[in-house]
Amino acid sequence: MIASLAARHSWFEATARARLGGLLDPGSFSEILPPAESNPSPHLALLDLPGAFDDGVVVCYGQLEKKPIFAIAQEGQFMGGAVGEIHGAKIVGMLRRAAQEKPAAVLFLIDSGGVRLHEANAGLIAISEIMRAVLDARAAGVPVIALVGGSCGAFGGMGIVAKLCSAIIISEEGRLALSGPEVIETVAGVEEFDSKDRALVWRVTGGKHRYLMGDCAMLVDDDIAAFRRGATEFLAGWSEPTPDVATLRARQRVLQNRLAAYGALRDGLDVWAALGIAQPESVPLLDRDSLVALKEGLPT
Amino acid sequence: MSLNDILDSLFPAGHTVAVANQVITGEATTAQGTVAVLGTSAAAAIDHAMALALSGFILDTIERHPGRPLLFLVDTSGQALSRSQELLCLNGSLAHLAQCVDLARRQGHASLSLVTANAVSGGFLSFGLMADRAYALADAQVRVMDLRAMSRVTKIAHERLVELAADSPIFAPGAESYVRMGAIEAIWPAPSASLLENALAAARQAAPASDQRQSSGLERGGRQLAANITKTVQNAACGA
Repeated sequence: MIASLAARHSWFEATARARLGGLLDPGSFSEILPPAESNPSPHLALLDLPGAFDDGVVVCYGQLEKKPIFAIAQEGQFMGGAVGEIHGAKIVGMLRRAAQEKPAAVLFLIDSGGVRLHEANAGLIAISEIMRAVLDARAAGVPVIALVGGSCGAFGGMGIVAKLCSAIIISEEGRLALSGPEVIETVAGVEEFDSKDRALVWRVTGGKHRYLMGDCAMLVDDDIAAFRRGATEFLAGWSEPTPDVATLRARQRVLQNRLAAYGALRDGLDVWAALGIAQPESVPLLDRDSLVALKEGLPT
Repeated sequence: MSLNDILDSLFPAGHTVAVANQVITGEATTAQGTVAVLGTSAAAAIDHAMALALSGFILDTIERHPGRPLLFLVDTSGQALSRSQELLCLNGSLAHLAQCVDLARRQGHASLSLVTANAVSGGFLSFGLMADRAYALADAQVRVMDLRAMSRVTKIAHERLVELAADSPIFAPGAESYVRMGAIEAIWPAPSASLLENALAAARQAAPASDQRQSSGLERGGRQLAANITKTVQNAACGA
């Protein structure tokens, strides 16, 4: 216990490269189009903004428990991990390559607010291309696993992309949604969503809530090694299904039932109570293992 | 132009299309046969109920009418902005809708989208941009965000953005930018049965279409980098 605490390395605070360093087998990281071989975004330069040679995303191949995998890691500390033309094209290239070469999995380390507004059209179209490329890789039998636990979460179009993946592994610190709370507050008012109320934001968009609702397959501690264990464990028990009507019909029913049951609620506390959790107010305080135990036996 | 005028112009041979909760569903007759017609109207802000109505209709079409082409009529101001919508993972319902469009493609349904008025961000991503090919009417508004809001968020002067937008399809709002970027095939001066029939015929021939938007964007000069970077990543030697 003490050893594991001492060794803990926060995913939330790590850079994209540090996350990959701890996620993949030691020494297996091999970057495609590394910073020395690429150029920063000319669109940002046109606006007199600093660029990054990797444009805020690292694409690589490597190994996970000796199996060949591809990985894509967004850097939340550059432009909020947002998707511009180069950033998006690197991701599309890696996913298309996966559909051809069929690695054991693609690990998609999402840390992004969505479209990079400075390259808005290029970003939006790139996200659409990423959506199709994720589904093409999956249809080719390659699982695509989203790992969400960075400071920017998975928002906007990248929130949609995350939900198109085979599964999402999330930490309590991870957030997953469509519109950011600030955007909702700006447009609909502070009564609708107070973006400064951190606890509320986490009860609506945070990892524990998404896990309890079944929107994320796995909840892990904010620890790079825990994400590595989670991905390994998930892949060991997973074979990518062929896309079919029956699966999407079943999903359609789940989503419709859920909307009918909880559509009028506005706070995680209310949904957790409706799910049958006796003391919903205790959820934010529970550690990861207790929360996973609590989820056993809940609906969804 | 009203939805009925658009439908009458597109389908002079007849259509039975219903609109409920801003969601369009129905079918129409064309020279290419019967097509499923679906989409949103009146600048709908897409919420769970709308997304699930559309995805349910797509699943019905796949099950009952194998191979029937899908025509999406797109008029969306984006996604619904509300806490209760986010609480139930709105991105999940939009992803489900996108996945249903994708499944239809894999099962041999050609798909087209026509932006009739507005196409904005998340609402556009979830179905319009998932179609094999997208088209827009001449006065359609296609964008992520208008330049004033963009100026507020990016803290770049509005005048500067307007100046740059004049010759940068990378971020200038407008259907024309999306044509140059490769995401919209063409702009139609008005809704037209013959343009629709040509588009349907082209989509059916090309099916199952792979995603050609990067190379279109390169050919049209709007997106100079993406196609080559994707290709470089796909072909880079693996050192292992």
